[in-house]
Amino acid sequence: MAVWDVLVAGGGNAALCAAIAARRAGRSVLVLEKAPKFYRGGNTRHTRNMRCAHDTATGTLTGPYTGDEFMEDLLRVTSGNTDEALSRMMIDRSYEMLDWIQQQGVRFQPSLGGTLSLGRTNSFFLGGGRSMLNALYRTAEGLGVEIRYEHEVTEVEIDGPSFRAATVTTPAGPTRIEARSLVAASGGFQADIDWLKQGWGDRAENFLIRGTPYNKGSLTRALIDSGVRQIGDATQCHAVAIDARAPQFDGGIITRLDCVVFGIVVNKHAKRFYDEGEDIWPKRYAIWGRLVADQPDQIAWILFDAPNLEKFMPSLFPPIEAGSIAELAEKLSLDPAQLVETVETFNASVVGGRPFNHVEPDGNRTEGLTPEKSNWAQRIETAPFYAYPVRPGITFTYLGVRVDDRARMVMQDGQPAENMFAAGEIMAGNVLGQGYAAGIGMTIGAVFGRLAGQGAAAHVS
Amino acid sequence: MSHSTPALTEADRLMTVCNSCRYCEGLCAVFPAMELKRSFSDGDLNHLANLCHNCGACYHDCQFTPPHEFAVNVPGTLAQVRAESYAHYAWPKAARPLFARHGTALAIGMTLVTALFILGFVAANEPGALLTAHLDDARFYALLPHEAMVALFGAAFLWMLLAVFMGARAFWRDTGTPQTELRDHTQATLDAARLRYLDGGGMGCFNEDDQPTDRRRLWHHFTFYGFLLCLGATSLATVYHYVFGWEAPYTWHSGPALLGIAGGIGLVIGPLGLLSAKRARMQELGAVGFRGMEVGFILMLLITGASGLALRVLGETALLGPLLALHLGAVLTFFLSMPYGKFVHGLYRYLALSRHARDMRVALAPKR
Ligand SMILES: Cc1cc2nc3c(=O)[nH]c(=O)nc-3n(C[C@H](O)[C@H](O)[C@H](O)COP(=O)(O)OP(=O)(O)OC[C@H]3O[C@@H](n4cnc5c(N)ncnc54)[C@H](O)[C@@H]3O)c2cc1C
Ligand code: HEM
Ligand code: SF4
Ligand code: SF4
Repeated sequence: MAVWDVLVAGGGNAALCAAIAARRAGRSVLVLEKAPKFYRGGNTRHTRNMRCAHDTATGTLTGPYTGDEFMEDLLRVTSGNTDEALSRMMIDRSYEMLDWIQQQGVRFQPSLGGTLSLGRTNSFFLGGGRSMLNALYRTAEGLGVEIRYEHEVTEVEIDGPSFRAATVTTPAGPTRIEARSLVAASGGFQADIDWLKQGWGDRAENFLIRGTPYNKGSLTRALIDSGVRQIGDATQCHAVAIDARAPQFDGGIITRLDCVVFGIVVNKHAKRFYDEGEDIWPKRYAIWGRLVADQPDQIAWILFDAPNLEKFMPSLFPPIEAGSIAELAEKLSLDPAQLVETVETFNASVVGGRPFNHVEPDGNRTEGLTPEKSNWAQRIETAPFYAYPVRPGITFTYLGVRVDDRARMVMQDGQPAENMFAAGEIMAGNVLGQGYAAGIGMTIGAVFGRLAGQGAAAHVS
Repeated sequence: MSHSTPALTEADRLMTVCNSCRYCEGLCAVFPAMELKRSFSDGDLNHLANLCHNCGACYHDCQFTPPHEFAVNVPGTLAQVRAESYAHYAWPKAARPLFARHGTALAIGMTLVTALFILGFVAANEPGALLTAHLDDARFYALLPHEAMVALFGAAFLWMLLAVFMGARAFWRDTGTPQTELRDHTQATLDAARLRYLDGGGMGCFNEDDQPTDRRRLWHHFTFYGFLLCLGATSLATVYHYVFGWEAPYTWHSGPALLGIAGGIGLVIGPLGLLSAKRARMQELGAVGFRGMEVGFILMLLITGASGLALRVLGETALLGPLLALHLGAVLTFFLSMPYGKFVHGLYRYLALSRHARDMRVALAPKR
């Protein structure tokens, strides 16, 4: 085809929702995915659920979750740092999303073992994110969407507020592809360590990237350089503490560790640095990435003792085990005397006395310690002792392009672009100024993706 | 935990990966069963392997499938463990090498047994009887008297039952001799009869690629129910003979004949379907080194079904004798090979489903 109606850059949830929506409106659609077929759909491959508002329980959701409650949650996790009107629009549209996404072949199941706390708010994909993605690809291909792998959009030709063509890097060399509209759904830039360093400095060298190595933000950069307005800065992202032994890229969900509450966390000087009992999941989970990023060498260790070993979800790597705290310190290359002192001081400060309950703040705290542990404090005293090394694991970045309530990009001068749309991680910063609520990444991709596809299709007619 | 084979070691590694992930939880019985444990004995892994129906869904749904460095291939690994488990539990021990050479053993056995029948028919009867039995009122009993047939096949059948039982007992013990109840067996029977877990979690199974278009469940139903109908035909004929004194040959519209014809059709269509699916199947999903056993098993069923049907259709012609030799040869070879090949999958799978029904019942029971 000489000129496509809709060019979609990316191959994840946001891209496929846009492609399907545009194709269903009768447009010719070309999807360009940078990754090879196996790695298609970057971070979407790693997901397990999405968060949509709904007024009643369903076969797979345990109770109602209204738009108002969703909005409250979003305001809370972002500390109000969100474009409220845009977020409200997204949440209102998330109602329909539950049905729409299933009509595209995606299947849900009741919440997964170990994540029951999300059973009311989040819809879990049967077979996980890659299954979900495969269903979208089958639907898109069945409708006649053309998909090309190993095609990276690297440059855009923009005339005022109007997209004309894209330069695409392919295995056969660069080529130029013209289209009447563009949907940018190419993810964040978290896999570009140099870009992360612009925000984080050299600390970023020690970050692990939990998802795809292909999201390097080449299209984000090209769009911003060509006059599209930027949102967010290079430090904003979702980051959690994950197993330090994980590969640098694409370790996915199985390297997460959610056991901070069961013990203490020490840095390379064998000293505690933050209240491990501050808050419950998911918040406690989401703060530790940044906390560890601020420690020397961006590394820390979660320490706990034998009775806690099987109280949390298992993960890929076994914990490091030792018969005494000093021996554990040797294995971790920490100063044994210091670690023993840290643990002893901690143990001596535990007030405790209440029944241990890791699901909610249980009031078991320390006294006279800096920093305190304000819940779940229990003495670390029963051998064997265990440790997990952790580093910051970046899920995805928030810096991206500004969009309006129709998923249109906004240009430098504040005017909406004529035929350029964005969805997913590349514009997540519009909704997430900071913080995160589990499952919202997929909501952002699906709602804005569908809007972008519809908008791009409407523009062409 | 250390394990006795590389396949079991790899299965253990994968169970750790999957237990940390659990995304496939809704696809089949294997993942919920795995979640009940944190460490796995050889027996546990053999249980899980026989619970897996090899639908392929988790291969295509997994974000860590090769070329990913975590190299997660649950169906392929469990297929390997499963095939090796058949040999591991076989009785007597001396027969274990038969599994890896099952195809050759079958071919030799089949030829030998059929040739012996032909020789026997010729030696025991008047010259030319092999090609004139269809003119005799007793039909095939003219070639092989009823008593001789019963003695021969009865002995083979009893040996087969004993050997299969001993294997199943070893398997059951290794998985911990679960305390099952009647309702667990009802559940397992329903799950087996419907092949509940051969549907990729509801979207269908995978065979040659990542499209869920696999028809193996249908072909298996033809095979399985065809086999049961043939078994029914033989059982009914036995009742006719001993209880009512009605002797074969039976007309085509008699009970045993109708069951046999229906079963024979199943045993032709089913195995043909399974064979063609097998040819197209992604190699990654299967076991290495057991192709002879797998193809041999399907071929034996096909030859048994087809020769039985041919006997029904051509029983009034001079081909009766040779066809009878072929059919009896196939049935006898099949009986003798049953404990030492893929046939045991049905039994082990049934046992695994029973243990699973029990485990889930206990796990979900409200705690006191
Ligand atoms: C381990 C993990 C678990 C997660 N779990 C959840 C969850 O359960 N629920 C949830 O809501 N969110 C989850 N997230 C976040 C979620 O993955 C993302 O928010 C979501 O997938 C983003 O979708 P997307 O389509 O914008 O980006 P992606 O799915 O990452 O797709 C972007 C695609 O664009 C391609 N691409 C990149 N650059 C270019 C270019 N220049 N040209 C062409 N193509 C390009 C990439 O190859 C990639 O395939 C998780 C993330 C991780 C890492
Ligand atoms: C409890 C009953 C049974 C169950 C649950 C069962 C289940 C299965 C499953 C899941 C497969 C596909 C995976 C694999 O190849 O191992 C299979 C294969 C097969 N089954 Fe069964 N089965 C049962 C009994 C039987 C019986 C009684 C027969 C016939 C005598 C039979 C014939 C076959 C054949 C021929 C295959 C081979 C397909 C291939 O290799 O491609 N099964 N069975
Ligand atoms: S097969 Fe892959 S996706 Fe499925 S549970 Fe195992 S690791 Fe997770
Ligand atoms: S191949 Fe099918 S039956 Fe086997 S573990 Fe995977 S999903 Fe379950």
